[in-house]
Amino acid sequence: MIPLSRRSALAGALATTTAVFPSLTRADTPTRGGSLHVILNPEPPSLGMALAPQVPVQLVAGKILQGLLTYDAKLNPVPALAKSWEISADGLVWTFHLQPDVTWHDGKPFSADDVVFSITKFLPELSARARGNFSVIAEASAPDPLTVVFRLKQPFPAFLYALDVIGGGIVPRHVYEGTDFRKNPANTAPIGTGPFRFVEWQRGRFIRLARYDKYWKPSKPYLDEIVFEIIPDAASRAVALETGQVQLASFNDVEFFDVARLSAVPTLELVKGGYEFFSPQMWIELNHRVGPLADKRFRQAILYALDRTFIRDKLWFGFGEVAVGPLARSTRYFDPSLRPRPFNPARAEALMEEMGLHRGTDGTRVKLRLMPLPYGEVWTRLAEYIRQSLGKVGIQVTLDATDAAGWVKRLADWEYEMTVSYGYQYADPAARLEHSYMTADIRKGVPFNNSMGYSNPEVDALFEKAQASTSDDERRQLYSKVQHILWEDVPLAWLLEMKFPTYVDRRYRNVITTGLGVVDTFDEAYLAK
Amino acid sequence: MLAAIVGIAIVNFGLVHLAPGDPVRMLAGEGGVADATAIQQARAEFGLDRPLPVQLATQIGRTLTGDLGRSFRQRRPVSDLILERLPATLLLTGASLVLAIVLGCSIGTFAALRHGGWADRLVSVVALLFYATPTFWVALLLVLVFSVWLDWLPAYGNASIQSATTAGGRMLDLLSHAVLPVFSLGLYHAAIYARLTRTAVLGVANSDFVRTATAKGLPGWRIVAAHILRNASLPVVTLIGLQAGQLVGGSVVVETIFAWPGIGRLAFEALTQRDYPVLLGVFFVTSVLVIAANVVTDIAYGLIDPRTRARPA
Repeated sequence: MIPLSRRSALAGALATTTAVFPSLTRADTPTRGGSLHVILNPEPPSLGMALAPQVPVQLVAGKILQGLLTYDAKLNPVPALAKSWEISADGLVWTFHLQPDVTWHDGKPFSADDVVFSITKFLPELSARARGNFSVIAEASAPDPLTVVFRLKQPFPAFLYALDVIGGGIVPRHVYEGTDFRKNPANTAPIGTGPFRFVEWQRGRFIRLARYDKYWKPSKPYLDEIVFEIIPDAASRAVALETGQVQLASFNDVEFFDVARLSAVPTLELVKGGYEFFSPQMWIELNHRVGPLADKRFRQAILYALDRTFIRDKLWFGFGEVAVGPLARSTRYFDPSLRPRPFNPARAEALMEEMGLHRGTDGTRVKLRLMPLPYGEVWTRLAEYIRQSLGKVGIQVTLDATDAAGWVKRLADWEYEMTVSYGYQYADPAARLEHSYMTADIRKGVPFNNSMGYSNPEVDALFEKAQASTSDDERRQLYSKVQHILWEDVPLAWLLEMKFPTYVDRRYRNVITTGLGVVDTFDEAYLAK
Repeated sequence: MLAAIVGIAIVNFGLVHLAPGDPVRMLAGEGGVADATAIQQARAEFGLDRPLPVQLATQIGRTLTGDLGRSFRQRRPVSDLILERLPATLLLTGASLVLAIVLGCSIGTFAALRHGGWADRLVSVVALLFYATPTFWVALLLVLVFSVWLDWLPAYGNASIQSATTAGGRMLDLLSHAVLPVFSLGLYHAAIYARLTRTAVLGVANSDFVRTATAKGLPGWRIVAAHILRNASLPVVTLIGLQAGQLVGGSVVVETIFAWPGIGRLAFEALTQRDYPVLLGVFFVTSVLVIAANVVTDIAYGLIDPRTRARPA
């Protein structure tokens, strides 16, 4: 038996405690009732989680739909729709036992057929992430209504991390089968198994969910309703929090420069956890096809030239960690023996001298262009800081401003020299991360793959081997080796592991309980009387 | 007029497609995970795999039959998206237009009649101040004073989420939500009307016919109302005509700050997402309204000033 099942036993124990977030867990007894108002920004295009893989959609639909599993802050799998699971010794046969007495919000019973339909038909049709993760399934079957068996083509331990509600949300087969998945009305008014059911969506204003009285966890959820309020302006969001009109803000709702002010509001608690499953990391994407960027010494020089602690403290007001290498510290298989490259402009200059890039009469060694990430003020400031820092070591940077749509296009078509980007890691390196570094993922026209053109056969081989290894120890060794190579090669200039401020009204307890944080079901959340 | 509308549709289509980036990759990009299959599927679904002239022809043909297409992002009919936001938009822009005209014209006339006095100077300074202050700043200050400090009025939204049960209660709720956004938008325009009216009234007040009217012994209010204002109103009507055309367009800034569910926000989000059908739909409705407003303005000219009527040859 591979160690994964040992973790699943542990997971069961963890599921009943919430010790991971002590500040939000208090000794009083949960009581029924109350309504939670949550900031939603921007307004989601639909509530079809597979159709529109964005945070606002997940925030709302994560209360309505459920996956087979969820994950705690240490990324241990925790039962959701699956009560327990077994993995065969060869890693090929995965058996999930489902929770009994689960019903859909329209009253129909939930069964293993819904799971097979969702994982093998619905999700791969709509979602790129699901297509990647579930293409490994050779055969899925439902021997009885409470059991699902997946037979894989090859061992794929990361399968365990593909079953969250975001990438593996289970949808009702009776609603979707035989319809055009993209046009089904359930995309805007989802029918799920979760603790809250969809009630209404007043466009431009709010989305309201109500307690589902036949939720399969007895006596849960505690809250009567959740209202997501669409507030597009950051200043108005801060006011809404301050005046108590909303009780929860997460991800990018609060501008980092408002953190000090909001943290002083006595009714609000600042929570830092709840993003472990996403573990977003930001970096400077470097197009290796452009001049000196092909040389790893130059890429290393860029990292040495940047004071990343300054970036964290002054631009992100202390939120985040200086990134070490490709894996975030909160990700599985992170190698703690690695350290971030220090801020050392002299070393940067020495590396460029070694390459023969000497300063010209105006002090410039080389000229490059940087496309700022067009996602708001802080990203513009980051680009300005990069320009300034690289300028000091003789790299003259010109900023190319564009809007979000133009940015994605230029990134996908390799029409950039340097840009800033960020990505989620989804717990297991084989789930998402490897696609930034593997040769097979150099695909023009498709954004968020290996757009920089980095190609290292050794890295490819290690990622491939680790992806299909059934031994946890072996995977750890392989990923450790990859991290060392990538740390040396610097395909991307990693900046920060990102953290976001979550504000919760102090009267609400057990709101953030897992590594999916605000995206999870809130079936434990309650209003203290 | 039909030619103008078709012309506008073609220009809009061209403009929208000139912007770099495309909706498909924008959608694919939002999740941070994308593959070639997703991009191809979406292109086919939205008809973006066909040549541009074909897309344009389809677009115009559809528009002429009154069908504005479906949003790429929300996958709902564009006419629904616009219609559901129309009442809120019209309330905001209409009320602020009325506020601007009433407040601006009366203050401007008042100032002109006291030309050179302290009241005139005060009006000029205040008008200049509101004219020069960015709308978003006025909006934020109003929120700070009336919502955060005084706690008299709601800071955002156009209705409480727990809606009132009686019609009167709902109306009161709506009004209390509308005050701040209407003033934020209206004060800026009121300043423009005040300055314009003042200048126009001053220009007319020195005319010979006003002196004649005074010499005839007409009462002051009649001179102002019938002789001065009627003649001074042409530039004001022009401005109203221009602004009325924007009624449906809404205001991106004020709608964003007050989370007001209007068309301005819809169009702005459609622009950043390259949601072509929505963008073209809003452009279309707005341009039709601009043309209509121009026609109404022309008719109004003729009513106010018979000299501007076209004479039969």
